[in-house]
Amino acid sequence: MTMLARELRLALRGGGDVLTLVLFFVIVGAIVPFAVGPDQTLLAAIAPGIVWIAAFLAMLLGLERLFRPDHEDGSLILLRHAELPLSAIVAAKLIAHWLVSAVPLLLASPVLAVLLAMDLDAFGRTLLSLLLGTPALAAFGAIGAAVTVPIRHGGLIAPILIAPLSVPALIFGVGAITSPQSGSATLFLAALSLMAVALAPFVAAFALGTAED
Amino acid sequence: MHDETTQRQNWWQRIAHPGQFVAWTTPLLWPLTALTAALFALGLWFAFFNSPQDYQMGDTVRIMYVHVPNAWLSQFVYAVMTVSALGTLVWRHPMADVSMKAAAPLGALFTALALFTGALWGRPTWGTFWEWDGRMTSTLVLLFIYLGIIALWRAFDDQLRAARVVAVFTLVGAINIPIIKFSVDWWSTLHQPASVFRADGPTMPGSILTPLFVMFFAFTFLFLALHLKAMHTEVKRRRVMTLERRLAQGVQA
Repeated sequence: MTMLARELRLALRGGGDVLTLVLFFVIVGAIVPFAVGPDQTLLAAIAPGIVWIAAFLAMLLGLERLFRPDHEDGSLILLRHAELPLSAIVAAKLIAHWLVSAVPLLLASPVLAVLLAMDLDAFGRTLLSLLLGTPALAAFGAIGAAVTVPIRHGGLIAPILIAPLSVPALIFGVGAITSPQSGSATLFLAALSLMAVALAPFVAAFALGTAED
Repeated sequence: MHDETTQRQNWWQRIAHPGQFVAWTTPLLWPLTALTAALFALGLWFAFFNSPQDYQMGDTVRIMYVHVPNAWLSQFVYAVMTVSALGTLVWRHPMADVSMKAAAPLGALFTALALFTGALWGRPTWGTFWEWDGRMTSTLVLLFIYLGIIALWRAFDDQLRAARVVAVFTLVGAINIPIIKFSVDWWSTLHQPASVFRADGPTMPGSILTPLFVMFFAFTFLFLALHLKAMHTEVKRRRVMTLERRLAQGVQA
């Protein structure tokens, strides 16, 4: 709990980061109409995919600050020898990461809904699928970030590692919005998120531990 | 007591020494290469001259004899890497991470070839180079995982530290393998379901099955030979790196 509070405090103090992520999310969504043309029906058709791609990219951007600052100033080593197991600390960091990077995206998504000509029904399902799917993205991201922490310029490698893992989340995430049997896709997405969030702290903690000594 | 334990080493502990490993496995290299060449000669002869045309696909069916072994290897190599990753993390076997590192580029190559030959085969038979069906998509994801693993290896300076980190990621990526295996059953789109390894026996005639199996073994032995050679190269590369480091330290001191 203290860990969670610490992470949140740190993230909010550097409040610019959160704003940058949200801005990035909106701008990716807003640039698409320029690329594919401002056709309203076309935009409405591809809007779920765009929202998910924008969310995926924005979450990738935020990963850098998950473990790297702690690694660089040495507090990661202290945390490893703390009383709490490292996996619990990673779990707290994961929750904090989701709160400061995914939740702002959810709050900003109405802007994209308007820009991409989504109707209210589609927007509701988009919001639900983002809410259910972003924990999985954050969890896979945590694994990628943990694996690349020892690399000095790991920022570029992490997305390459995470993207293939995130494919199922994207499939079910978009499926939950568009497909006729969106109910089952929604359930799959929720199951995927639960599993990813349950396992990621252990995998990430293991990677952090093994990389340091 | 001490003498006894050093003498009683089994082969598993003996190949743990990289120099020993190279010395012990070098005699295997030539027989493996010869066997691979012979199998390829036999398999290609079968594939080109002694197997029937398909009643639907005609001569294009012969692409199968290259495509299917490559597709099999794309997954088999990942399985080898997964076992090696366990070897690194659980038993801390020194040769396990050498095996893991040597296998990754080979796996990427076989996966790329499987995708490429699949595209060549898909064009005349399905009328498309690429379709986003379950098996093709998951194989493409596998290729990306291979490339990510190679990139991760190259990003580290310290290979021993890299080994354990890459091993963790390799195990995470292994989730994809069963997805590829069952993709044709879960999403029956374009790719045909399993037709060789089935509970009720293969659904192909023997005249096609024979060249397929010969090519299958030819490619598998090709991988084994290349993998062994790549492991030797990796051992030597590490020796060079250690010598260089010692040299640099000697100059500094």
